[in-house]
Formats: sequence, C-alpha cells, structure tokens
Amino acid sequence: MKVEFRIYLGIGLFVLVITTIYLFWAREYGGATMLFGTAGLGIMPALYMGWWRKRMDPRPEDSKDATIAESQGTIGTFPGHTIWPFVLGMGVFFSALSLAFGAWTLVIGGALLIFAATSVVLESRRGGLV
Amino acid sequence: MTIAEEKRVDHGSDDHGHNEPRGIYQWLTSTDHKVIGKSYMYTSLVFLLIAGSMAMLIRIQLTGPNNHFISQQAYNELFTIHGSIMLYLFAGPFAFGGFANFILPLQIGAPDMAFPRLNALSYWLYLTGGTTMLLGFFTAGGAAAFGWVAYAPLSSYTNAPGVGPDLWIIAIALTGFSGIFTAVNLITTAFYLRAPGMTMFRLPIFTWNMIVTGMLILIAFPILTAAMIMLYADRHLGTHFFTVAGGGSPVMWQNLFWFFGHPEVYILALPYFGIVSEIIPVFSRKPVFGYKGLVFATLSIAALSTGVWAHHMFTTGTVLLPFFSALSLLIAVPTGIKVFTWLGTMWGGNIAFDTPMLWVIGFIVTFVMGGITGVMLASPPIDFAVHDTYFVVAHFHQVLAGTAVFAGFAGFYYWYPKLTGRMLRERLGKAQFWLAFIGFGLTFIPQYLIGLRGMPRRVPVYLVSDHVTFLNRVSTFGAAITFLSFVVWLVNLYVSWKKPVKASGNPWDGHTLEWATTSPPAHHNFTSIPPIRSQRPVWDANHPEYADYLESHDPKGSKSSERTKKQ
Repeated sequence: MKVEFRIYLGIGLFVLVITTIYLFWAREYGGATMLFGTAGLGIMPALYMGWWRKRMDPRPEDSKDATIAESQGTIGTFPGHTIWPFVLGMGVFFSALSLAFGAWTLVIGGALLIFAATSVVLESRRGGLV
Repeated sequence: MTIAEEKRVDHGSDDHGHNEPRGIYQWLTSTDHKVIGKSYMYTSLVFLLIAGSMAMLIRIQLTGPNNHFISQQAYNELFTIHGSIMLYLFAGPFAFGGFANFILPLQIGAPDMAFPRLNALSYWLYLTGGTTMLLGFFTAGGAAAFGWVAYAPLSSYTNAPGVGPDLWIIAIALTGFSGIFTAVNLITTAFYLRAPGMTMFRLPIFTWNMIVTGMLILIAFPILTAAMIMLYADRHLGTHFFTVAGGGSPVMWQNLFWFFGHPEVYILALPYFGIVSEIIPVFSRKPVFGYKGLVFATLSIAALSTGVWAHHMFTTGTVLLPFFSALSLLIAVPTGIKVFTWLGTMWGGNIAFDTPMLWVIGFIVTFVMGGITGVMLASPPIDFAVHDTYFVVAHFHQVLAGTAVFAGFAGFYYWYPKLTGRMLRERLGKAQFWLAFIGFGLTFIPQYLIGLRGMPRRVPVYLVSDHVTFLNRVSTFGAAITFLSFVVWLVNLYVSWKKPVKASGNPWDGHTLEWATTSPPAHHNFTSIPPIRSQRPVWDANHPEYADYLESHDPKGSKSSERTKKQ
C-alpha cells in the first residue's frame, strides 16, 4: 500500500502548496476554496490508506517475488448476471427527467428506484442462486 | 442472479454458476467487465458517428460566404451538441469506460472489476445521459444552443428558454455520475485486485494512466455536477448564483466550469496517452523507455492540471494572469517528457508499421502540433489576440480530436483481436489511417490561418471581404475526406464480421497480461497467469532468453535489436 498512499499524499500536498500560493497572491476566494477542497480529496484517502497500511498483512501483490500460487483460492465474491443495475439506471433516468418534464415521470422513476434498490440489497444478502 | 466465489486463476470447467445469458438479455443483465466495456465502446462509437455527422453539417454551412444551408438556431444547436457529445459522450467514455473496463482488469490479472454491479449501473447512467442529451432535438424549442461550456448569462432561462437546455443539464449530471462511479471502480480494482508480484511499479502504463485519470475525475466531476445543480436552480428555482441582477456573478460560472473543464482535458487525453504507451513498445520490440519518468510525468500533469483553469478566462480581466500562465506553461514539461519517452522507445527499435503503430505515429504528429500551439495560447498576450477565434478551434481539435481519434483507433486496431477474437483487415486499416491523417490536416491546419485572419468561432456566416472563403473550402474538403475514412472503417468492421480471420491469444507478440489469455477471454479471464517478474510478464514468458529480469534494463533495448540483427 506504500505507493498508493504516497500518490494520494503527494497530490494532496502539492495542491495544498498551490492553494497557499494562490490564496496569498491572487486573493480570490472562489478558486482558493475549490483548490482547498481538492487538496482534501488527496489528503483524506492518503490518511485512510496510511492508517490502514500499518494494520494489514503484507500483500503478495506488493511483493516483487511473489508467485501466482500465493493467491490461489477464493479472492472475493462477484455477482453474476443481474437485471437490477439496469432497472436502477432506468429509475434514475426517469427521476432525472422529471426536472425537465414535470413530476409525472418522478412517479415512474421513484417506483423503479425503490423497487430496484430494495432488490439489489436483498440480492446481496441472499447470495447464491436467486 | 448468482453470487459466485471467484478465484484468480480458474483451471477447471467454466461452469460454477455462470450460465451467462446471450443476446440482448446478456447486454441488459451482464456484470462482466468485458461485456460492459464493449457496450461502452460501441455506444461511444455510435455517438462519435452522430457528432461527426453534425460536424459535417457545420462544415457544409461554412463552405461559402453568406451561406444559408441551415438556420442560425440550428447551427447553434449543432455546434453545442457536437461539442457536448464529443467531450462528454465520446472521448471520455470510449477510453475510460470502454478500453479501461475491458483491458485494465486483464492487465493486472484480476477476474473482474471490484464492483461489477456498480459498473453496470455506470453504463446505464451513461447511456441514458446520452439519450437525454439527444432528446433535446425532439422538443419544441430544440436542443441546447449555448455552446458546450454553457456560459452564464447565455444559459439563463431568459436567454435559453425551453426544455432542451434542461435536458442538456440532466444529461451532463447523469454522465457525470457515471464517470465518478467508473473512476471509483477502476481505482479500487487497480489498488486491490492485482495479481501477486504485480507491484505498482510493474503496472502497465495504460493502467497507471487510468488510475491517474480516475483521480482527476474524482477531483473534477463533482464540481461540474454542483455547477449544473446551481445552473438549474438559477433557471427554475429563483436563485441568483450567476445573475448580476440578484447579486450573483456570471464569471463564477466560468470559474466553476473551467475548474472542471481543464482537468477534463487531461481526463480525456491521459487514457489515450496510456494506449499509445502500450502500443509503441510492442511494435518497437522494446521495453518502454523511462518507465518511471513516464509515470511521474503523468502524475505531475494531473497535479498541475488543478491549477490552470483560468487560462480559459484570460480575457475576462478578473484572473491573475502570471499565476495561470506560469502553471499552464509548466504543463508543457511533463508532456514533453512523455513525447520524448515515446520517441526514445522507438529509437533503435525494430519498428513494425502495422496499422496500430501507424495511428500512433499520426497521433504524435497531430498532438505535438496542437500541443505547441497550446503553449503559445498559454501566453496572455497571444491569447488576448486570438481568444475565441478559429486559432483556438484548430488548437483544441488537434489536441483532443487528434488524441481521441488517432490514439483511439490505434487502441481499437490493437485490442480488437482481444475484444472479438477476430483480426481487422490491415489494408483497409491503413487506407483508413491515411484518409483520416490527410483529411484531418486539411481540416484543421487552415483553421489556424482562418483564426489569425480574425474569424471568430461559433459564427454561422462570414463575408467575402473577410478573405477566409478559400481556407474554409479547404477545411470543408478535408472534413469530407475525414468522413470518408469513417466509411472505410465501417467497411472494415463489416468485412471482418462477415469473413472472420481468427486471432490467436497473442497476435502482436504483446507484453502485458491481457495477451496471456485467449481472444476473447473466457468468463474468468485467465486459466493461467505467467509469473510476474518485470513490466512485461508475457514477453518474459514467451522470450525467456531475452527476459527483462535476467539483466538490468538496457535503455537502448539492445537485447531485442541484437536478436533481430542475428536473424
């Protein structure tokens, strides 16, 4: 995790330096605010990874001479084919269209959204063949 | 659905709960990164053809002085949607949604993306977002007509009434979320699903560029989405973020938009730089020259790109010129490092001029020309003179269209065998390249001169006395040749589909892990993975006597060139 941590930290600190220069040179607060937020986007994940890196076991993907056999066995669970992301997408689509066409599409979109979100959660809970 | 426990390498049968459906039901339900990647790619190519046809209509309108081929309103709508499709719906999704989805998990030896269902949702948001944008043409008031940048106050309800602009705002918000989800997915996949031995500094450059692009998306897109919500609130909810009358500031829109907009340029370009960095070593038969330099150049481009947004706003008179000019000029340094590492990789190599390599060389020529005019534009005195003229249009088309079309087709020809298990025809591919290369030059090089003669962008007519008629005719002629090149490409796709030439797992003698599996890969991607001891595991496995880990890297790559000399 060392490299991942340093990438985020590096970008965060660089933008922090830029923010300071910009704030005191330009004295323009809109841009300085956005830059400050961007610095946070680098530093926050960096802190998380830095914290986590000391508490996790060394990973074979960080080792230069690991063999493929070291990650034999299950590496995670992955869902197979499922219709719910499509239904969820359609729900978002119809809900968003209500901003242009009025509330009636929100009825369709909202119903699809609630239905699909519930189904996705249940699907994850149940697992196996559904 | 099934939730299956996944192994990195699947030796046995393809049958533990993955009874994937076929046809349209597969398209609707698949969470396989390869199916979603292909859906992204083909959808974005359809958008490319739609927006390219719009460009042709624009060029026909500009063929002669005082031309009235289309109405002024239609012209405004066309250039707005042409730009919006190309930037939001083609260039980004084609590489970042398409290639990255398909190739990145293969390159790092992963069985799928980290969040497959989120991946599917991103695709549906992208498709519905794109559809929403096109819906604008079918409304009474027409599509949005305020340019892809939607400057306030042009985008206010008074100046842009009707449903079309609202649909445009919704479309950008939907595709924005799609991009954010894909970015989260790709970064997590690259950080947590790598094969053993695949350390960060052995990642293929393509994967590196996708990580950096993902970080830039996470920086830029939330701001765009926020700006869109503010714009919608200004139009419909009576807020005054961007209206002077209510105490708001129209320049604030420009600040917000370009804080997204400039990183967006690199979001569009970096994935294609990654494609190029994959193709050059394979077709030069050498490892990439200056691997770490290339990685750090990419990271510095990303870091610097957050501090250059106001170079689009020099002429507003409200920005700190030296700060933004200096940072913009600085970006030329890492970009130059990249170009030199590409040239350094080719230097002394045994270059094979197959179609993907031709497209790459076309990309380098076009991109360098556009990049250098970009350095010119980073200087405020020049920018004040040519701001919003055709000079700028020519510059960003050479940078962005040069990157997305040339490097994009390079990647398409390179990875098409992996995508489909079929080869594309070399001769048709080369014909397409030369038509596109010549057409592209003829279209955009005259536009620099048109701009220097003072023709502003986004105007539908000009006069005989403007002395730009001949140059505009050349430009339209070039655009027609470019259009023809796409016809050749469609013929190529058709021929390869009807009379398939089967591709082996590794038709180009490739270097990275995607070539270690079959074409197209099975559902779990890999039945075996070679040991990863360098940046080129597949090369090492296929050429053990020239493997990278046997000796330290020779920058000239004489291992491979010696080999060809012996032969």
